[in-house]
Amino acid sequence: MIEIVSESRCIRCDICVRVCPANVFDKDDEGLPVIARQQDCQTCYLCEIYCPTDARFVAERASGPVPVTEAQIEAAGLFGSYARALGWSRGRAGGSDRDPTMHIRVAQV
Amino acid sequence: MTDDRRRAGPQAETDVLVLGGGPAGGWAALAAAGAGARVVLADKGYHGTSGATAPSNTGTWCVPPGEARAEAVERRWQRTHGLADRRWMHRTVDRAYANLLQLVEWGYAFPRDDQGNLYVANLRGPDYMHFLRRKVKAAGVTILDHHPALELLSDGDAVTGAAGLSRRSGEDWRIHAGAVVLATGGCAFFERLMGGGGLTGDGYLMAAEAGAALSGMEFTGKYTLAPHDSSLNKGLPYRWASFHRQDGTPILDSKGRPLTNGIGGTDHELARALLDGPVFARLDLAEPAMQDWLRRGQPNCFLPYDRRGIDPFTQLFRVDLTAEGTVRGTGGIRLAGDDCATEVPGLYAAGDAASRENVTGASSGGGAVNASWAMASGWFAGAGAARHARLRGMRRAAGQALGQAGLRPAAAARPVDHAALVEALRAETIPLDRNFFRTGDGLAAGRERLEGVWAEIRDHLSAEGAERLRAREIASVAASARWSLAAAEMRRESRGVHRRADLPETDAAWTRRITVSGLDRVEARPDFPATQAQERAS
Ligand SMILES: Cc1cc2nc3c(=O)[nH]c(=O)nc-3n(C[C@H](O)[C@H](O)[C@H](O)COP(=O)(O)OP(=O)(O)OC[C@H]3O[C@@H](n4cnc5c(N)ncnc54)[C@H](O)[C@@H]3O)c2cc1C
Ligand code: SF4
Ligand code: SF4
Repeated sequence: MIEIVSESRCIRCDICVRVCPANVFDKDDEGLPVIARQQDCQTCYLCEIYCPTDARFVAERASGPVPVTEAQIEAAGLFGSYARALGWSRGRAGGSDRDPTMHIRVAQV
Repeated sequence: MTDDRRRAGPQAETDVLVLGGGPAGGWAALAAAGAGARVVLADKGYHGTSGATAPSNTGTWCVPPGEARAEAVERRWQRTHGLADRRWMHRTVDRAYANLLQLVEWGYAFPRDDQGNLYVANLRGPDYMHFLRRKVKAAGVTILDHHPALELLSDGDAVTGAAGLSRRSGEDWRIHAGAVVLATGGCAFFERLMGGGGLTGDGYLMAAEAGAALSGMEFTGKYTLAPHDSSLNKGLPYRWASFHRQDGTPILDSKGRPLTNGIGGTDHELARALLDGPVFARLDLAEPAMQDWLRRGQPNCFLPYDRRGIDPFTQLFRVDLTAEGTVRGTGGIRLAGDDCATEVPGLYAAGDAASRENVTGASSGGGAVNASWAMASGWFAGAGAARHARLRGMRRAAGQALGQAGLRPAAAARPVDHAALVEALRAETIPLDRNFFRTGDGLAAGRERLEGVWAEIRDHLSAEGAERLRAREIASVAASARWSLAAAEMRRESRGVHRRADLPETDAAWTRRITVSGLDRVEARPDFPATQAQERAS
C-alpha cells in the first residue's frame, strides 16, 4: 500500500491526487497530498510512475500498512525505482519500445 | 433518500454514455465518437490508471489475416471446452488486429523483434492506457474521472442514461443518453488483485436491474499465483518456478514428480498443496537471459521481492493463489447481438462486463484472448450504441432511476456492518476448498448463506453521500456471488475453470451455456446445446 509521500521531494502538482484510481488522497492547505484512505489503496504502483519528482513509495504488502520511514526508502534508493525499471521519467511515459516481453512469451510455450 | 436530492447535481445529455474506462470503455468511446456520436465516458477511478489492464502487461491474441488465421482460431477453439463460437472468435481476432494496427498508425511505441519488425502482440498496461486516454480525449470525448455510476435510467422501454456520484466533490450526476455501454470490468469479489480494487461487478447489478441476464457465471474458478500478501497476480514468471515447503522440501505432484511451472496446467496440484500448508516458490528454472528479460519485461513482478530484499531466482518466497472472479474468469452480461447489444434496448456491454464465453468458452482467456476481447467488443459496442442513439433520437428527461439494493432498501434502513458483509461474501467466493474445488453440497449450503446476506443488503443497506459507492459495491458483489453459485450448482459436471470435486468428469450433455437472471429470486437455466445455438445463429 501507499506508505510515503515525501514532503521535501513533492512539488504539490496535484497529479497523484487526480490519477490515483482508488481516490486515496486529499490535499492539505498547502496542496500536499495526504494519504486519507490508505485501506482503499490497491497497490498498483501507478502513482509512483506518474509523479514528476519520484516523491512516493508504495510498499509491496497489499492487505495493510508496513512500518517504513522516508529515510529508509531514500537510503535504499527505492524512490522512483519502478519508474526507472519501466523507462518512465519525471512522470512521463517511456520505455515500452524496449520491452523484451516478446522473448518471454515465445519461450513460455 | 429524497428524489430531490437525486435530481440535484450536474445534468447532461449525450448520444452515447460509456461507463468504465479500461480498454473496453476506451475503444467503445473511440468507436462511438468515430461514428459521429457525442460521447461521455465516466469512470469510477481515472481513465488511464483504472482497471485490470492499466497496471499490468497484457499479451493480446494477435493473428494477422491470412490462411493461418482459420487454423489459429481452430486451435484456440479446441481449448474452450466446446462453449465458444468460432464465428465470434473470427470477428474478435479480426477487429482486435485492426485496432492494433490503428495503434501502430497512431504511433504507439511498440518494441521491435530481432528482425526489426514491430511486435504488436503485447501492450504494456501503463503506457497503453496512458496513450489510449490521449486518443479518447483527442476524439472529443468528455472524460469524467472519479465519477462512478450507481444506477441506470430507463424510460420503461429502453435504457436512457445513468446516475452516479462525483467522488471528489461529493455531488450527484445524472446523464441522459441515447444509449449506454457498460464497460465496468469484471467482479474480483473483493480480492486484492492487480488493478482490481474497483472491480466489483457494478455493471452486472445495474444491467440486471434493467432486466438483462448473465451467462457463464460458473466460470469463476480461475486463480493465479502471487507472492504472499502482494497485489502481483501475474503468472508469467512462475513458468520458471519450482515449488517447495518452507524447509526446502520439493512439493511433488500427483505422479510423484517435483512440481514446477506454475502456469502449465498445474494449478490444481498447487491448489491441493496450498490446502495442505504454505507453499514457497523459487524462479530457479530461468536461465540468465530469461532472468534479464523477466526483470526488464515484467518489472512490477519484481517489486515485491526487491522491496522485501529477496532474490527470487535463488531464494524461496511464499506464494498464494489469488482468486480472479470474472476478471480472468469468463462470466458476465449475456450478449444478444453482434453489436454487443444486451437483451435490454439501449444497453450494450463490452470487455469483462460482458460474458466472454463467445471467445473463451469455459476457459480463462488470460494472457491473450481477454485483451483482444476488450478491444474488439469495446469497438462493437461503441459502434452499436452510436447506431442505436442515432436511430432512436433523444427522448428527453424520461428517466426512471433503477437502482435498488444498496441504494433504496426494501425495508427500513439500518446500520449494517460493511466489513462483516465483505467477509461473508469472500467466504463463499475466494477459499480454495469452496471455490476452486466445488461440491454440490457445498454450493447448496453456500447459496443458503448468501440468501441471508442478500436479504440483509436488500432490506437494510443504505448510505449517504460518497459512502453510497461502497454500499453499491457490496450489493454488486453479493448479486454476482449469488449468480455464480447458482450456475455452479446447476452445472453438474467439471468443465474448464469450473471444477466439481463430486463430479470430476466432463459430461457431453452439458456442452451448453447457463443463463442466470433475477435479483430477488435468482434463476438459472441451461441454454441450447452450443452446436444447436450456432446453427440457429447462422
Ligand atoms: C494481473 C492481470 C494480468 C492480466 N494479463 C492479461 C494478459 O496478459 N492478457 C490478456 O488478454 N488479459 C489479461 N488480463 C485480463 C485483462 O486485464 C482484462 O480482461 C481487461 O482489463 C478487461 O478490460 P475492461 O476494459 O473490460 O475492464 P478493466 O480494464 O478492468 O476496466 C474496467 C473499468 O471500469 C471502471 N468501473 C468499474 N465500476 C464502475 C462504475 N460503477 N462506474 C464507472 N466505472 C466503473 C473501473 O474503474 C475500470 O476503469 C489480466 C488481468 C490481470 C488482473
Ligand atoms: S505527483 Fe508527486 S509531486 Fe505531484 S503532488 Fe503527488 S507526490 Fe507531489
Ligand atoms: S498504489 Fe495505486 S491505488 Fe495506491 S495510492 Fe498509488 S495509485 Fe493509488
